[in-house]
Amino acid sequence: MRPMIQAHELAYEYFRRDEEGNVTEIKRALDGISLQVKAGDFIGILGANGSGKSTFARHLNALLVPSEGTLLVDGRDTGKEENTFQIRQTAGMVFQNPDNQIIANVVEEDVGFGPENLGVPTEEIWRRVEESLKSVGMYAYRKHSPNKLSGGQKQRVAIAGILAMRPKCIILDEPTAMLDPAGRSNVIEAMAQINREENITVILITHNMEEVVGADYLYVMDEGKIGMEGTPRQIFTRAEELERYRLTLPEAARMALLLRQKGIPIPPDVLDRQELIEGILKCKYNT
Amino acid sequence: MLRDITIGQYYPAQSVIHCLDPRVKIAGTLAYIISLFWISNIWGYVAAILFFAFLVALSKVPFSYIIRGLKPILFLMAFTGLINLFQTPGKTIWQWGILQISENGIRTAIFLILRLILLVIGSSLMTLTTTPNQLTDGLERLLRPLNRVHIPVHEVAMMMSIALRFIPILIEEADKIMKAQMARGADFESGNIFQRLRNMLPLLVPLFVSAARRANDLAYAMEARCYCGGEGRTKMRPLRYSFADLAAYSCMAVYLILLFVLRRW
Repeated sequence: MRPMIQAHELAYEYFRRDEEGNVTEIKRALDGISLQVKAGDFIGILGANGSGKSTFARHLNALLVPSEGTLLVDGRDTGKEENTFQIRQTAGMVFQNPDNQIIANVVEEDVGFGPENLGVPTEEIWRRVEESLKSVGMYAYRKHSPNKLSGGQKQRVAIAGILAMRPKCIILDEPTAMLDPAGRSNVIEAMAQINREENITVILITHNMEEVVGADYLYVMDEGKIGMEGTPRQIFTRAEELERYRLTLPEAARMALLLRQKGIPIPPDVLDRQELIEGILKCKYNT
Repeated sequence: MLRDITIGQYYPAQSVIHCLDPRVKIAGTLAYIISLFWISNIWGYVAAILFFAFLVALSKVPFSYIIRGLKPILFLMAFTGLINLFQTPGKTIWQWGILQISENGIRTAIFLILRLILLVIGSSLMTLTTTPNQLTDGLERLLRPLNRVHIPVHEVAMMMSIALRFIPILIEEADKIMKAQMARGADFESGNIFQRLRNMLPLLVPLFVSAARRANDLAYAMEARCYCGGEGRTKMRPLRYSFADLAAYSCMAVYLILLFVLRRW
């Protein structure tokens, strides 16, 4: 099967200019990124501020084009301008600030904005709007004004707006950074469900490890390069390395690490609370 | 204090007027406003008031809600009324120094105030019964012929509806910045009007910066959702005239003819 995303030696440079427009500094925001994402996977891209993860996200939607190397989204080269429309339809993007990506004054009209742009016939738009709002659990709010919704609800409306375009892949660029914990878990759950049930590839960009516990594969970015990669289980056992990339382990994995340091034999690859409890119980029986 | 701003206020209700095509409401309002300048005698005003009362009754918007729209122009009404009352020449009824009231003056003053009231509440009935999005849709459609002279009608309409969406967000933000500055000792409430305006300056700079950042984000978000102008776009709610719209046009025509007859009378 054709991979959803194929990056080969991807690099992106931007220039800082002084007041006269002379280049004062060249910054390499992305530096030799190569990776492949299988269709239908849930991928997490982790990194601290300034690691280049958002820049990478914008490449996946052809909002930025690579300075060097190639990036294929569903087999289409993002560097070619004639592909842009198709790529944006294939790979939808949800941004960080929920207020700044909602265009219309009514929830259902905002969800319809994407399909309107694609030239979808009117009846089909309404069908898609209904479906998408239902799959993020926001159908009851379809007549509301976005200004009256909470951050998590706005973000789910934004996801519905992307879903209505029938993408094969959804990229979320720190979608939970401005949300409270309840809104956070709602958004992540909605995404996991869409990934499972509709087989849409999800690429979640975040600095919160807690959110990618359920992912299929993780990449950790640092200074425009891929620093680590592996399944969550593999990544979470490398705590010292993660610390160097200014990332903190999820609660359960951290707990397991601390217990292990005290000499309690808990398996090193604990993912969530359930596994932690099982690990602790096992120790109890062994002693 | 900034929360009092109410632009494009919409009163949700299920009524015949609410369901009309926005084009009918825009054209009707325009015709009604012009007709007010055309009225020359008391019978004309009676007809205009009765017609308006009929529309209000159909719209199910409470009358008190409509009257509220007059508050900001109370001063203007009083001012024009008094000027006309005292300054219109004609048969003098009452005089005190340079102030004199003529029969003509009373008449013009009353007519002018009536005209102003009907103008304001007439157009507010349109915004009260039409969502901002419908309004911009209607305008876009009505102004479409201007595309031929290279006026970007779709873009202007899009800008209007985005502006309407961001008004509450920016007001909230201004409120936040104001409170943050007040917490650090800024004073927005004392001094005369010029001093107050000058004190507002430090509020405007961060507000503009943030508005520019939001605009940038929004542009990215729109592009990411395949927006590339009005070409090739379909509509979620295409505008189509129904029987009710034709009936409304006919009502408007009857009213205009009636006014024409009354003018001759």
